[in-house]
Amino acid sequence: MNLDFSAEEQAFRGEVRDFLGAALPGDIRERVRLGRQLSADDHLCWQNILSERGWLGANWPQEHGGPGWGPVERHIFDEECAAAHAPTIVPFGVSMVAPVIMKFGSEPQKRHYLPRILANQDWWCQGYSEPGAGSDLASLRTRAVREGDEYVVTGQKTWTTLGQHANMMFCLVRTDPEAKKQAGISFLLIDMQSPGISVRPIVTLDGAQEVNEVFLDEVRVPVANRIGAEGQGWTCAKFLLTHERTGIAGLGHAKQALRHLKSLAGRLQHRGRPLLELPSFRQRVVKAEIELMALEVTHLRVLAAARDGGAPGAESSLLKVRGSELRQELSELTRRALGPAALPFFPDYLYGEQKLEPERAENAAVSAQYFNRRKLSIYGGSNEIQKSIVAKTLLGM
Amino acid sequence: MDFSYSDEQRMLADTLERLVADQAPTENDALPGEPSTLWGTFAELGLLQLPFTEEVGGLGGDGIDVMIVMQALGRGLVREPYLAGLLLPGTLLASLADAPQQERWLTPLLAGELRLALAWQEAAARHDAHAITTRAHRQSNGWLINGAKQVVLAADSATALLVTARIDDGTLAVFLVPADTPGLERSDYPTLDNQAASDVQLKDVVLSHDARLGEDAAEALDKVLALGRAALCAEAVGAMEVACEQTLAFLKERRQFGAPLASFQVLQHRMVDMHLHLEQSRSMAILAAASLERPADERDYRVAAAKAYCGEAARFVAEQAIQLHGAMGMTEECRISHYARHLVMFDHHLGDVDHHLEFVGERLSAA
Repeated sequence: MNLDFSAEEQAFRGEVRDFLGAALPGDIRERVRLGRQLSADDHLCWQNILSERGWLGANWPQEHGGPGWGPVERHIFDEECAAAHAPTIVPFGVSMVAPVIMKFGSEPQKRHYLPRILANQDWWCQGYSEPGAGSDLASLRTRAVREGDEYVVTGQKTWTTLGQHANMMFCLVRTDPEAKKQAGISFLLIDMQSPGISVRPIVTLDGAQEVNEVFLDEVRVPVANRIGAEGQGWTCAKFLLTHERTGIAGLGHAKQALRHLKSLAGRLQHRGRPLLELPSFRQRVVKAEIELMALEVTHLRVLAAARDGGAPGAESSLLKVRGSELRQELSELTRRALGPAALPFFPDYLYGEQKLEPERAENAAVSAQYFNRRKLSIYGGSNEIQKSIVAKTLLGM
Repeated sequence: MDFSYSDEQRMLADTLERLVADQAPTENDALPGEPSTLWGTFAELGLLQLPFTEEVGGLGGDGIDVMIVMQALGRGLVREPYLAGLLLPGTLLASLADAPQQERWLTPLLAGELRLALAWQEAAARHDAHAITTRAHRQSNGWLINGAKQVVLAADSATALLVTARIDDGTLAVFLVPADTPGLERSDYPTLDNQAASDVQLKDVVLSHDARLGEDAAEALDKVLALGRAALCAEAVGAMEVACEQTLAFLKERRQFGAPLASFQVLQHRMVDMHLHLEQSRSMAILAAASLERPADERDYRVAAAKAYCGEAARFVAEQAIQLHGAMGMTEECRISHYARHLVMFDHHLGDVDHHLEFVGERLSAA
C-alpha cells in the first residue's frame, strides 16, 4: 500500500502546472480568483486554449481525440486547474453529452457532434429538470409527438445552467405518455435557435444569472437528432449521471478554498490578533482541514479503484455528499471571516464590468459565493438522493 | 498510489479473520486478568514478531501490517493486549534497549514467554506524555524512582513495566521495572471497554544502572505513541465495520408498522451517515498507518488528525448503533452494546479528540 503519486504522475503534475502558468490569460485568472462571473468569451477563450493543447476532452478516449488520461491524471489536472484559478470547463458538452453520444450515438451523430464539441463550436446546455420534475426526474412531462421525420416538442425545462449562451441543448422528453414512467422517455438534441424556444433568466439568491428557464412551444426537432432508440432516454440519462459524478467531490476546489480561508483568516484581525488565533474559529478551520484530509484519501481510494478497472459507483455518492458539505462549510467560514466586511454587495462588479478599488474587490465575492455554494448539495442529484442511492445500491436497503 | 494489500498482507488478513471468527470468545464474559487463550496462537502465527525489525528478531512488518492485525482484532473485540502488552512496550524497548537488555526482555517478549506494559500516563498530565512528574534520581548504586502512573493497560499480566520519568537534568527517560520490584504497587481494575488496567505507585523504587533504556527517550516515545494511535484507529475501524454490519442487518430484519425498519428513509439516511463515517475513518486509519515512517512533524500531524477524526466518528457510529437498535441496543445481552462501549471509550486511549485537535491546531499551516 502506498499513498504517493508515482514519479510519472508527479512529472505530469509539473507539466500541467507549467502549462497553466504559461497559457492561462492573466485577466481570466484574475476574474476566477476574485469570484467574478466569466463572460461567454472568457469561457470560450480558455476552452480553445485547452482544445489546442489537446486537453479539453480530459475524460475522452484517444480514439475520439482525448488525451487518454486515466482517473488519476484527470484528478491531477482538476486539482491543478483549481489551484491555478483556471475556469471550470463548462461540462455540458465535453463531459456530459459527449460520453452519451459516444456510448449511444450513431456513427453519423458521432462524426458530426464530437469534433464540434472538441473544437468549441457548439455550446451545450442540459434540458433535464422541469418545474414539476426535480429529484423525481422521471416524472418529466415535456412532450415530443412524432410527425413524420420530426418530433414536435412542447414543455418547459428549468435550472438550465448557462443556457443563455447555448446553441444546443440535450433534452429528456416524453415520447410515449402511455408507457411506464421511465420507459416513455427519449433523449433529443435540440437546436436552441429553433422557432418556439425561448430562454428566460432566473436570478438566484446571490444575484447571479447562471440558470434559466427554457420554454419549448411546438419546437420541431428532426428524428435524426434522437440519441439511442425511442424510449431509451432514461438509460442515457442514468449513464450520464454516473459520468457527472466522477470528480464531483470537488477536491481541488475544496483545497483551494481552504488555502484561501487560512490565508484570509491569518491576515484579518480580531482584537489585535489574527482571526485564525481566535479559538472558536480556529477549531472549525482545524476540523475542516482534517475533514479534507479524510476526503482526499477517500477520493484517492476511489480513483485507484477506478484506475484498476472498477467503476466508481455508489462511492462517488459518498464523495459528493462529503465534498459538498465540506465546500459549503469552507464558504461559510470564509464569509464569517470577513465580519462586517461581508455585507457590502456589488453585483455590477461581480456579474458585470463595474470597477472597484482593489482592497474592496479582493473579497467582494465571498458572501455571494457562500449563497452560490448552496447549490452544491442540490445539483447533480441532491445529497438526499445520493444517500438514497447509497442505501439502495451499497447497503441493499 | 496503491491501496491494495500485497499477497502476504491478504493472507495475513484472511488468517486473522478466520482466527477472530473461530477462536475469539463470542461473549465478553471472561474477567480481565484471566489467562488468555489466544496469545499462544499469536505467537505461533508470528503476530508477536510481525511489527519488529529483523535485527531484533522480528518479521519487519510495517504500519499497514499492524493496521491489518488491529482491524481484525477490533472486529472481534479481542481482549488480548496486543497493543498494550506487546506493541507499545515492545517497540519502545526495541528502539532504546542495548543488546543485553534486548536479549533479556525483547527476545522472550517476541517468543510469547512474557508480556510487558508501558506506564506513561499520569493524572495531572492527562494525555500529554511529556508533562510528567515522575522523577528518577541518579544515586551511587543506580536510580531512585518516585511517582505515580494511571490507567496502565495490561500491567497485571506484565512481567515488567516500562516506566517514563524525568531524570535530574530534565531529560525524559524510560526505565525497565520488573513487576516484583519493591516499592512498586499496583491497584488493578477493569476498564469500561473490558481491558485490564492498573494505577501504579512508585515509592522509592531502587533500580540498578542498567534499568535505564537508552538515553533521551522523548523522540522514541513519540514514535511509539504514533504507532499506537495509528493502531488504535485501525482497531476502531474494525469495530465500526461490525457495528455498521450488525446495525444494517438489524434494520433489515426488524419489522415495525408492518415493514422492515430498513424501508424507512430516515433510517436509511442515518445508516448511510454511519457508513460515511466508517469509510472516512478507514481513509484516516490508512493515512496514519502509511505515515509512520515519515519525518516526525509530518507523522505526528497526520496521526493526530486521524485519531481526532476517528474519535468523533467512532462515537457517532456507536451512538447511532445504539439508537437504531432501539432499547435492545441498551442491553448487555445485545452484542452491539459491547461494540458501542469499545467505540466510545476508544477516545480515552492515547489522547482524545480535544488533545489531538489542539495538536493539529497548534501546527496548522498557514497555507
